[in-house]
Amino acid sequence: MKDNLKEIIIKKMLVAAASTSIFIVLLIFLFLGKEALPFITEPGLSELFDSRWIPVSFQKEIFGIIPLITGSVLVTAIAAVFLIPFGVIGAIYISEIATFFEKELLKPFIEILAGIPSVVIGFFGLMILNSMVKDIFDLNTGLTALTGGILLALMAIPTVISISEDAITSVPWSYKEASLALGASKLQTIWRVTVPAALPGIIAAIMLGMGRVIGETMVVLMVTGNAAKISWNPFDSVRTMTATIAAEMGEVAFGSIHYHALFCVGIVLMLVTFGLNMIAQKVLKKYQMR
Amino acid sequence: MVKFTNPKITIEKLDFYYGSVQALFDISMHVPEKKVTALIGPSGCGKSTFLRMINRMNDIIDGTHHKGKVCIDDQDIYGDGVDIVALRKRVGMVFQKSNPFPKSIFENVAYGPRIHGIKDKAKLDDIIERSLNNAAIWDEVKDRMDKNAMSLSGGQQQRLCIARALAVEPEILLMDEPASALDPKSTARIEDLINELKKNYTIVIVTHNMQQAARVSDYTAFFYEGNLVEFDHTNTIFTKPNIKQTEDYITGRFG
Repeated sequence: MKDNLKEIIIKKMLVAAASTSIFIVLLIFLFLGKEALPFITEPGLSELFDSRWIPVSFQKEIFGIIPLITGSVLVTAIAAVFLIPFGVIGAIYISEIATFFEKELLKPFIEILAGIPSVVIGFFGLMILNSMVKDIFDLNTGLTALTGGILLALMAIPTVISISEDAITSVPWSYKEASLALGASKLQTIWRVTVPAALPGIIAAIMLGMGRVIGETMVVLMVTGNAAKISWNPFDSVRTMTATIAAEMGEVAFGSIHYHALFCVGIVLMLVTFGLNMIAQKVLKKYQMR
Repeated sequence: MVKFTNPKITIEKLDFYYGSVQALFDISMHVPEKKVTALIGPSGCGKSTFLRMINRMNDIIDGTHHKGKVCIDDQDIYGDGVDIVALRKRVGMVFQKSNPFPKSIFENVAYGPRIHGIKDKAKLDDIIERSLNNAAIWDEVKDRMDKNAMSLSGGQQQRLCIARALAVEPEILLMDEPASALDPKSTARIEDLINELKKNYTIVIVTHNMQQAARVSDYTAFFYEGNLVEFDHTNTIFTKPNIKQTEDYITGRFG
């Protein structure tokens, strides 16, 4: 009987530990909702869809989050353009082609890259990439969406490489052997058998990388120029949702409309990441139907 | 040791090494065309290694090397300038554990022809139907060609793998214990299939199962510790082997 009680207590503790994350997510949602809610009554939800974000003004303050969303989307899309090919091809190279020596050389460097604090990457972007972009494309400023996107890709590449590499490495050797025995070359085998078999893992890796990109704050705050305007031009300065919250939350008056608006931005950001995860799960499920 | 005037495969003084460990010792052997040649022997005797010499699958293992010659139709397959892709197209292989790709049944069989450049849909359909027919699985899968191959039973998967190997139209079929993971009924089907296939293909089969070797093969080679001990008509090997060691193994005194 005593043993039984012990069992029950241990089980309860485990359940509690396991459900903590659910609990915290719910709490965060609740908190965000509570702080954002007043915006709906004053000045009204429709204000959010304005195409301008002018939080401090002598005439009229405007809290349209469209430019912030387009800013985030543009920077993320640019990051993806670099992130996906470099991440996936890098993973393929490391797991399937690289010699033992190359692997031993590459992997530590990728891990170091993953460990560099984002503010340091931002600093590098500000000092080096900024002027490079400015000179190469002959712009007025190098603080553009392109600069931010490149740096974000750089930050997320280690994530994509290491998770994709795990997925590729875990493809059974017997598939590769079957393909080679049919007369396929090494590259044909990689392209037609190994990568498709590892695709769910690779997609998960890309989604996680993108999650990191969307949520990243410090780098975009430092190098994207922080101009809240709607633009699809990679050479324009933009302002992302994350940078907006980080830059303005510190000096906003508690309980003001601006304060509530920032929480609305936070909710949108969270919904976007949520949506990305849902899509990733759907894709994973579809491909795992083996 | 039997010799043939016009062997399909000729092996001459073959030594093979995994790093510094020698796995095959001075093997010379003829494999006759359109017959079934069985390789038997205890685990680790080198029979699978020997089999994998014939389509150069040992090449993909790091640190291996060999001495001696392996010829198919008098061409040294380890000679300079040999196209491995063309070689493996001529020499198909079926593995111990069935290993269909995680793709549809159709895509599995179409894989080989596609990598060898066949794009025409009608032609592919034709090859696929013929291959599946030859592997005696067409009737079971013809209505679900787009289903995933992983949904087939173990025996069906193995026959699908045979169909996949046949689809590139090889001359030689290497089988590495193709039925060892299957139930008796599926095994019987594979054995019937081998009997059927030998009309058109030169078959070399590794097997642990001596009854199987006796049932399906025309010639049998007995390997022991990397040496080819005896090679003769299957009948001879199983009824009056020349060498004491062979007899001991056949009768189950060791192995």
